[in-house]
Amino acid sequence: MIVFTHPVTTTDPQNPSQSGTRADLRPEHIRDAVIRLAGNSQDGIQSAGAMLARLAGRSAQDVMTYMTIPSTISGGASLFQVRVGTGEVLSPGDEADFLVAFYQHSYEENIGFLRQGGVLLYDSDHVEPDTEDKRFVHVGIPITGLTVEALGGTAKDKGKNIFVLGLLAKIFDLDVEKLKRLLNEKFGGKNESVLNTALMAFQAGYAYPVGNVLSTRYKFEPSEDTGGRAQVTMDGNQALAYGLIAAGVRYGAAYPITPWTTVMEVLRAELPKYGGLFVQCEDEIGAVSMALGFSYSGNLAITGSSGPGISLKTEAIGWATMAEMPLIIVNVQRGGPSTGLPTNVEQSDLNQAIFGGHGDSPRVVLAPSNVEDCFYIAIEAARIARNYSTPVFILSDASLATRIQAFDEPDLKNLVVEFGPNLTPRAQGFQPYPLESVTQHAPPGTRMLGGVYPTVTGLEHDEMGHPTGSPRLHAAMTAKRRKKLQNLAAEIPTPEVYGEAEGEALIVGWGSTYGPIHEAVKTARAAGESISALHLRHLNPLPNGLEKIFAKFRRVIVVEMNDQGLYGFGQLATILRARYCDPKISSLNKTNGLTFRVKEILEGVLK
Amino acid sequence: MSTLTASPTPDKLTKKDLTADHPTWCPGCGDFAVLSSFYKMLERRQLPHENIVTLAGIGCSSRFPYFVNTHGGHFIHGRAVPLASGVSLARPDLNVFLFGGDGDAFSIGGNHLEHGARKNINLTYVIMDNFVYGLTKKQTSPTSPVGFKSKTDPNGAVDQPVNPMKKLITAGATFVARSHATQVNHMIAMMERSMDHPGFSVVEILSECVEFFPGAFDAGNPRKGGAFQLIEEKKFDGTPEDELRHDTTDEIAAYKLASLPFPGCFGVFYESDRPTKNALEAQWVKTTQAKLGETTALELLQKTFDRMK
Repeated sequence: MIVFTHPVTTTDPQNPSQSGTRADLRPEHIRDAVIRLAGNSQDGIQSAGAMLARLAGRSAQDVMTYMTIPSTISGGASLFQVRVGTGEVLSPGDEADFLVAFYQHSYEENIGFLRQGGVLLYDSDHVEPDTEDKRFVHVGIPITGLTVEALGGTAKDKGKNIFVLGLLAKIFDLDVEKLKRLLNEKFGGKNESVLNTALMAFQAGYAYPVGNVLSTRYKFEPSEDTGGRAQVTMDGNQALAYGLIAAGVRYGAAYPITPWTTVMEVLRAELPKYGGLFVQCEDEIGAVSMALGFSYSGNLAITGSSGPGISLKTEAIGWATMAEMPLIIVNVQRGGPSTGLPTNVEQSDLNQAIFGGHGDSPRVVLAPSNVEDCFYIAIEAARIARNYSTPVFILSDASLATRIQAFDEPDLKNLVVEFGPNLTPRAQGFQPYPLESVTQHAPPGTRMLGGVYPTVTGLEHDEMGHPTGSPRLHAAMTAKRRKKLQNLAAEIPTPEVYGEAEGEALIVGWGSTYGPIHEAVKTARAAGESISALHLRHLNPLPNGLEKIFAKFRRVIVVEMNDQGLYGFGQLATILRARYCDPKISSLNKTNGLTFRVKEILEGVLK
Repeated sequence: MSTLTASPTPDKLTKKDLTADHPTWCPGCGDFAVLSSFYKMLERRQLPHENIVTLAGIGCSSRFPYFVNTHGGHFIHGRAVPLASGVSLARPDLNVFLFGGDGDAFSIGGNHLEHGARKNINLTYVIMDNFVYGLTKKQTSPTSPVGFKSKTDPNGAVDQPVNPMKKLITAGATFVARSHATQVNHMIAMMERSMDHPGFSVVEILSECVEFFPGAFDAGNPRKGGAFQLIEEKKFDGTPEDELRHDTTDEIAAYKLASLPFPGCFGVFYESDRPTKNALEAQWVKTTQAKLGETTALELLQKTFDRMK
């Protein structure tokens, strides 16, 4: 929060009030605001926050959200943070400019995240803040009472999330018409009274004379033209699901587990529209097995889970490697091991993804950098799985799963593909496992003109798929399965360095840490530090040429959300050290189940 | 689902066309007879060669796909039901045959058997039950009788064995039959009816392991002094003798038949015309797509993204 202009602290005297109806608030133009909503999990603060995020996306603002939901079903503290900005928003923000506290505990647990000079907006029916604390602007509004009053009591305090949305719309001078349209889309499908209640709550919040307690109104600077492409707003799990659909993936099977579940919910509802099918199975093993059945039938399939479920799928994934069956496996990582922290974030399944198989079982591992990348990486995963007839892991995580971001609408015309089973009759001499070329299976239903039908198998086999214990063949087939990943590595572009191509320190990251790392680099460079960043999307195989990049820096620091391990290095750092034998590679780790704050990265790297 | 049309094989499908590797089973193994019955059934039915799929898990009998020259898959232990379910659900044009033993079906794969049956996935599952683990050389199986001495129960098995017919009936399998590997014609008939039944159809075949449990099924083999007691199915002809016959749609009666002491009886215990998951899912796809009208994947996804703007 160094490079951005903050509300309250800077005012724009050149900009007089624009609207007579809101003359009670002094306007101020801002580029960036972090709004944190803190309440309980049943208060609907996610839906209010999500609506703010979608509104920002529609207004061509950049937006990023951060959400924690307790793993309890109802009750328990919950928060949703929205950062809206003009220009690139890389992280949900270390500190909030605006804290909305619904309860005393919301206030107490979150006031530490409000920056000095920030605004505390609290429900005076439930919260008694320390008004002597002059670091903050205190704005008390009887949110619960006013909501109950506005809605006539039957809805009790349900709707105070929408009341707050109305308040924020007033304070941030948001586009009311667009917001009402969003309310319509969200509640219009239910019965009419639900929509009316929501609109009443919104109106009550919007009409509240907030000017009596807050003297400033904020207005986001209009964003630069993004080049004509509209923005779409969604969370990471949705982006993954729709990326798979764009890639022509039509079949899948899984078992529910947080935070993976919403991917399968989207696919279960969407795939029938495309003539496909997603099956909820009896367990994780059944799910991966059914997905492999889909793939064997000629339809590249997807299964997914989170850490514990992936452990259960491991034996079957070994079969996929041996039988050379394409498959996409999504792991939306959470804190582990075991049941661990089901609703928190960690990047501790990298070793499991790369090395988690029995035997020598190389598989492809990719990791998306942000919500937008969830969409594109799904497409890449499908392409690799098909071209190399191999299992491909996508390592997402809990923070990407629920993070809502706006991004440029993908060019669907050039991305959407359709694939059916390739049943072209195969010529005499067809081999399912040729030693000298990549396996491309003939799915059942394919006529074999030579009259010999192929068997796919998890036993070591010869080129025809017959079981063999031949020492020569096992060595040759093991090498074949390894070489195809080596060939893939040659095809992956070497990632570009963010910042200067040489200097003092290079931060290496992977997955969802992309935003905070890049914001840290941006901030540090603005302050004159010689720091750059390199973000890896391909973790196995690694792209070629990284050693040349590392050579240009005095220090290489791998930032990741996992433990430093027995020997002082995180999971990616260990792999990079093993591969490059470079002692200047060090580790910056974090294991508290929360995402990296920009400040933490800066402190860790600059020390 | 996908609409696929494959041209039928022009020539007549013979045992010679269907034969692949020579079986690795021990001489005298009951599974040989199961294999040759399968060949005979395929010869009789003349399905398009390319549309026959033979799948299996792990075990002696699960080597089956290597010995049949059709599209085939040899999967991991116990998980062949969901594998075969995936093939069946995605490809209505295929005839999916699944082979395995008692360990695969009732022990490590027991949960998948339950759910494959419950979901009523359209496939044919032939379980070669030999009451022993043969591939790993004589350990107790889930169907080993109490008292059976194996390397893992040197003093005799103590756990109550699974009753396959009862398990399948309660799980919701919609075709449940039992046969004996010494009765070739009966096996062919059961396999054929099982194949023709839309839904999760299972034939348990008592198939002797001559190496590790010789003589296990003599009680059901007339040539060894036993009795091959056939289930007489109701003909609904109004005759008094028909009263005594078995109504294969009567679940309670089937359960009672399954309670008879070993070797029990053979034939169709239960069948039901409950809709398959294949049909129900296909219906969902159909109504969903009908609502959408003529559209492409690109148009559909574009519409979804337009709502997210």
